[in-house]
Amino acid sequence: MNTLQDLVHPHLIAQVGFAFVVILCFAGALIAVLPRNILHNVLGLILCLTGVAGLFLYLGSPFIALMELLIYVGAICISMVFAIMLSRPLHLSLPARRPVKLVLALAVGAGIFIMLSALVFRTGWHPAATRAADWSIAGLGGYLLTRYELVFEVISLLLLVAILGAIIITGHIGRRPNE
Amino acid sequence: MNSLYTYLFIAILLFTLGIVAVFLRRSLIGMLIGIELMLNAANINFMAFNRYLAPDPLIGQIYTVFIMGIAAAEAAIALSIIIAVFHRFHSINVEQARELRG
Repeated sequence: MNTLQDLVHPHLIAQVGFAFVVILCFAGALIAVLPRNILHNVLGLILCLTGVAGLFLYLGSPFIALMELLIYVGAICISMVFAIMLSRPLHLSLPARRPVKLVLALAVGAGIFIMLSALVFRTGWHPAATRAADWSIAGLGGYLLTRYELVFEVISLLLLVAILGAIIITGHIGRRPNE
Repeated sequence: MNSLYTYLFIAILLFTLGIVAVFLRRSLIGMLIGIELMLNAANINFMAFNRYLAPDPLIGQIYTVFIMGIAAAEAAIALSIIIAVFHRFHSINVEQARELRG
């Protein structure tokens, strides 16, 4: 009996999926950086972050992939869309981008790219001698409540302070006298 | 194909695109998008090292969750500052917002 596994090798499916995820990631990143229309930028960022979530799946952690979708795509990108409602109207023509700036930005990017590539490819990475095999979410929760409890609490405090700060910064606007 | 270097190279490319976005864009939201791309590159690095090198594969995931929490806080603060800047200068272009007064 012919199943799908007989027709197509599973490794082939995995590799095609990986290529798809990487292409999604970079197409999204290019859309997020280059176009002038800021709504297209945010939609490109959503595409790119979905690709990154797929990469996390390939790195063996469905939990982090779902967190990526939930936090980045679901929270950060959507709040950016809300902020864009305050941006300049999209139908107005924008001033032209100066070519000098484009060249300088690409030069800085190329410099950093070359530096980091040299750093990564010249370092010999060695895996640790003994490696635990526990990838479970239960183990993750155990660490969050024992060994990393302090960091967990500090991050909660940070988020609380950030929410209060955001409310105060934006709530301050209405009460200020007009000028 | 699925090796440590593949993931590190993907992370380098994303980081470079984020740097280019921060230097190239004049709108504050465009710069924020660049910062998010850089944070994601850092996340990919953590997860790749976690998958291929680390002694305990849970710790890298915990660090990634922490970075996501910090990124959420940073985005909330940055967007509220952007809204305040827009109300003050009627633009989110950084070149319009160059006076620093209380």
